[in-house]
Amino acid sequence: MAHSGPKPPHPDTLAVHAGQSPDPATGARAVPIYQTASYVLPDTDTAAALFNLELPGHVYSRLSNPTVAVFEERMAALEGGVGAIATASGQAALHLAIATLMGRGGHIVSSASLYGGSHNLLHYTLPRFGIETTFVPSRDLDAWRRAIRPETRLVFGETVGNPSVDVLDIPALAGIAAEHRIPLLVDATVTTPYLGRSLDMGAHLVLHSATKFLSGHGVVIGGVLVDGGRFDWDASGKFPTLTEPYEGFHGMVFSEESAVSAFLLRARREGLRDFGACMAAMTAFQVLQGLETLHLRMPRHVASTATLVDFLARHEAVARVHHPDAATHPDHALARRLYPGGCSAILSFELKGGREAGRKFIEALSLFSHLANIGDAKSLVIHPASTTHFRMDEAALAAAGIGPGTVRLSIGLEHPDDLAEDLSRALRASQK
Amino acid sequence: MNFIVQGYPAYAYGGGRAFDPALPAIVFLHGAALDHSAWQWQSRYFAHHGYSVLAADLPGHGRSPGTPRESVEAMADWVAALVEAACVERAHLVGHSLGALVALDTALRHPARVATLALLGIAVPMAVGEAFLAAAKDDSPAAFDMQATWGHARHASLAASAVPGLSQSGASRQLVARAHPGVQHADLAACHAYAPDPRSLAGLAAPTLVLAGERDQMTPWKAGEALAARIPGARFRTVRAGHAMASEAPQAVLRELRGHLAAGPAEP
Ligand SMILES: Cc1ncc(COP(=O)(O)O)c(C=O)c1O
Repeated sequence: MAHSGPKPPHPDTLAVHAGQSPDPATGARAVPIYQTASYVLPDTDTAAALFNLELPGHVYSRLSNPTVAVFEERMAALEGGVGAIATASGQAALHLAIATLMGRGGHIVSSASLYGGSHNLLHYTLPRFGIETTFVPSRDLDAWRRAIRPETRLVFGETVGNPSVDVLDIPALAGIAAEHRIPLLVDATVTTPYLGRSLDMGAHLVLHSATKFLSGHGVVIGGVLVDGGRFDWDASGKFPTLTEPYEGFHGMVFSEESAVSAFLLRARREGLRDFGACMAAMTAFQVLQGLETLHLRMPRHVASTATLVDFLARHEAVARVHHPDAATHPDHALARRLYPGGCSAILSFELKGGREAGRKFIEALSLFSHLANIGDAKSLVIHPASTTHFRMDEAALAAAGIGPGTVRLSIGLEHPDDLAEDLSRALRASQK
Repeated sequence: MNFIVQGYPAYAYGGGRAFDPALPAIVFLHGAALDHSAWQWQSRYFAHHGYSVLAADLPGHGRSPGTPRESVEAMADWVAALVEAACVERAHLVGHSLGALVALDTALRHPARVATLALLGIAVPMAVGEAFLAAAKDDSPAAFDMQATWGHARHASLAASAVPGLSQSGASRQLVARAHPGVQHADLAACHAYAPDPRSLAGLAAPTLVLAGERDQMTPWKAGEALAARIPGARFRTVRAGHAMASEAPQAVLRELRGHLAAGPAEP
């Protein structure tokens, strides 16, 4: 028998309201910027109770802040999670997730097609702290399976790889992760909860660089980590940080304290407290200004991208265009299934004429900005092999789907005809 | 903390402290398909403020193994046995929703075990809608949505949470979704069927607080008020929250419980 329950508010409504009540002190309807490092403790008993998690509340802005909490709760609502932690950057969100789940001896299996910064952290930096990562081609499910070892503690990938735009098969990977009693973390920066809710698809944890589409304006650096609350840490038995007494917090056993928010408790009480990569109140305020229009911006990003993918595919100077919404893309069917509203606004293409044509092309553009970022209201362009991914050798570049002539575009909110005209001029220039 | 209750292992959260039978004891009882973490704040607070705390996981819930008891009366017998297993004469009972019915019935069936009663989000009878019962019977996600949505104030997902960064409705939906198959239905059916002898309420001797949420969509505050009127000397109070008041308004609930316990009888 089919049952129907009450419908939660639509994403559009959540994007505008979730996590925010009119300010209790002033009635302010906008989210106030609580620009304060700390909070007055009314008396010593309440102070002790707040520090000891007997009462919820704010004690110090590294741990929590009312403006930041609005952003966290809004993201939890948009993703359908149990809660969230905002961080100083997307990088900090990835580090917080890993540091909460494992220490020395831990192992991660990750998609090879990653943002260059994430690859840096996993490949170069974490091994120094005893955490190893095996990179696998994102489409090869057997490779994922083979890479999992007894000490593997996390499966990780980007919903849509940046810049190679391959689509992560979240439902299939969630199944593989669950078989091994380890969680799947996805970086959904490129797709945002508006285009697809990773937790509903089976991911256990999701993170974003809030620097990108969530903000949309490119004025801040920020990140966020959301927990779906579905992973059973006790049944897994592989996560002593969550299931055994933590001396750093009165011997608390986080999974005993709360089965569904154990991860977030430890991440806040240890990760934010000790590593300190918290989000600033002003940053949260600015991210929220953007987040309120996520549902208006994403469809426009998607529609303009479709127009430009079509334009590029027909252009004689272009060898190949990569975007999952294009019927020729190997992940097209998967993209349709997971992201029926479109697969975001990052595309890449191969110019005829290789590296030299790429240089001429980028320098001839005038509306597209040449910079290292994605997900801005302004259209952006970069040559990954010489910038974001320059530390990778040819083999790693190839594994990440990047050729010497690959150009990555992030399509903004300008009129698509103006963008096409800019591309058209630069493509012509590239072939001279 | 683990006990043997009625010959079977049982778990109760101690609020971060070892259980000391010399201190006055409080037993917290959670609602349908939930567990001890529904009392996360209050249990921890009282455990650090002069009480020994048992935030119980009813059989088949959270960390207590087995299958759920099939009636409120059977759950009440289990609670009396838990108090005995903890080696205390009697305990203050604080219950929410199903847990409030269980607390009430423990006071009716085992009055010697009960020092005072605090009944949160209660209605007697506690009729559960047919569609809700049917969805729970099939372990349908719709039943999780119903409990998460109606179990909080209207539009709770759009309001600031009392716990920074936590989604109240998201967290309770996941907790219900985690319950073993059949547990939510067994609990709701027990609520629905509970019908104590109306005259027995007049004989209740334990000092009683009935605490209602002004924005409760499951057990409207008027039902709590009506119940309080039938219990001799019971106090009726409200907090600005929905059904899940212990997590929606933890501070206000704590204030009310402190007042209630301070006004209770001298400790044995
Ligand atoms: C997919 C993806 N993940 C993570 C990051 C890192 O985020 P941040 O720059 O906010 O640290 C980026 C930044 O480019 C990104 O594109």
